[in-house]
Amino acid sequence: MNSITGAVLAEFGSHISTDDMTSGKYITSHEPAEVAKICMRDIDPDFPRKMAPGGFLVAERNFGCGSSRETAAIAVKAAGTRVVIAEEFARIFYRNCFNIGLPCIECPGIHSATDVGDELEIDFAEGVIRNRTKGSKHTFSPIPEALFRQLEAGGLVPLIHERLAEKKRQTNQKEE
Amino acid sequence: MGMTITEKILAQASGNQKVQPGQIVVAKVDLAMVHDGLGPLIYPNFEKLNAPIWDPDRVFVVVDHAAPASTLHAAEWLSHNFDFVKKHSLKHFFNVQGVAHQIIPEGGYILPGQVAVGTDSHTCTYGGLGCFSTGIGSTEMCNVLALGDLWFRVPETIRVVVSGKLPHRVMSKDVILKLLSMIGANGATYKTIEFCGETISDMSVDSRLTLCNMAIEAGAKNGIIAPDEKTADYLVNAGVRREDIQMIRSDDDAVFCQEIHICVDELVPHVAVPHSPANGRPIEEVEGTPLSQVLIGTCTNGRVEDFMAAAEIIRGHRIPQQVRCLILPASNKIYAELVRNGCMQVFADAGCIICNSNCGPCGGMHEGLMFEGEACLGTHNRNFCGRMGSPKANIYLGSPATAAASALTGQITDPRKI
Repeated sequence: MNSITGAVLAEFGSHISTDDMTSGKYITSHEPAEVAKICMRDIDPDFPRKMAPGGFLVAERNFGCGSSRETAAIAVKAAGTRVVIAEEFARIFYRNCFNIGLPCIECPGIHSATDVGDELEIDFAEGVIRNRTKGSKHTFSPIPEALFRQLEAGGLVPLIHERLAEKKRQTNQKEE
Repeated sequence: MGMTITEKILAQASGNQKVQPGQIVVAKVDLAMVHDGLGPLIYPNFEKLNAPIWDPDRVFVVVDHAAPASTLHAAEWLSHNFDFVKKHSLKHFFNVQGVAHQIIPEGGYILPGQVAVGTDSHTCTYGGLGCFSTGIGSTEMCNVLALGDLWFRVPETIRVVVSGKLPHRVMSKDVILKLLSMIGANGATYKTIEFCGETISDMSVDSRLTLCNMAIEAGAKNGIIAPDEKTADYLVNAGVRREDIQMIRSDDDAVFCQEIHICVDELVPHVAVPHSPANGRPIEEVEGTPLSQVLIGTCTNGRVEDFMAAAEIIRGHRIPQQVRCLILPASNKIYAELVRNGCMQVFADAGCIICNSNCGPCGGMHEGLMFEGEACLGTHNRNFCGRMGSPKANIYLGSPATAAASALTGQITDPRKI
């Protein structure tokens, strides 16, 4: 996964919380497809329909603040988000996204420079977002290597399997 | 160059002599807390690993979120927790005995200098005892259950120095609401907030837990307070041996990324207005706002001193019928103590609604959702839009004294005037 192209399908301002993403009062099932249906319901009821074709979500500061509920990241991803681009992330949400294989890019200035419908090309290695609609270019700090490896593996779970296997191998060696 | 408490703890837990902000370390975990809300997202992934729990005696399963169940789905969700506890014979299992963030400190399960993680953002509460404590997601908890460790970026530390004597009916909640209003809802993102100063030394452990509970509302990774004699007494009272308590503190030459001074001599009660905990205002700006619900309790302010402050104001009065005043002790131990010390009698006589110890109303799951046009003032930690029901309902945050005074009048009321 070196680069990815697609359209911005939704935009949000600052301080969007995990309560906005999956509000406790709407949860009737924890299946990804079901939590996707309630995602952002109080602030943008149309969100699941808008994200359904698959694309990018752009937000301002402190995106994903609040609780550690992983349903928030699961819902955003299951709704069709392929990459979340924000000026700043809340830390637990940021980690949760990478843990389920959803990339987050922290890119200062992206919110005001981007509109819904813009076609973007994201180059992960180079740390550049090219806005093909506006002809503009934005740089971001490349995703740390360890997290990038995690993304390519599809999330944290495969890496836990790897570490457990490694641990087992070391124990066996010792016994020999 | 010295280290802060948080740096020392992360160095110790990762086997390093020294660590510095920005460094990525893999830290050993001393305590892992799982609650019913996120647990069932962890268990299937964990079982697929086909590995034992790294140390079952360090794992705490606390059923506190949607409990007792109010819907069939919640009941099913809870059952996954019960099955997991049974399968792995976990001894630290708390089935609707209170909120994790009270059960763990009051039980003496976490000590200064240790590392705690929990599947709840308010896990940062335990930092009030001088440990490194932070919220994590369910997939990360899977990692912890299998391997007993987790990676962390060593955070920069913001030092908050609090001086002066808190005026009558001004509480630690007012201090944290004031701080949040100064630095904003992302003022400490990725960072540690370390509280110190004479006011903190004078505070009870309960008041300190309130401060650290809300560190996350500024985006902080953790809140922390150096342990002292009060911390030690609290833990000894909980059954910890005094010699096991590490009096860890920041070095004199530790580096802080920011220093904030707050003098509380003139501090007034603060209220966070909708829809952010960082929207704190001096109470005079919101006095008279009509309320339909008051919530006193939760993991933020559901401890004995909080209810004593509220009972002192409510004693001998009746709550008007247009207001529901919910009493939500943070644990059953506290509930029992409030029965013994007479607070519950005061609340019952006044017409308050006494709830079981759980997270329900704060998380908008049950016991106190609001319809559009309603407003609640609560002593909890979050007033995000729609958190307690309709997105057209308003949530205000304040201290137990402010909540009690407001319950009596049905509008936001300055507790110093009662």
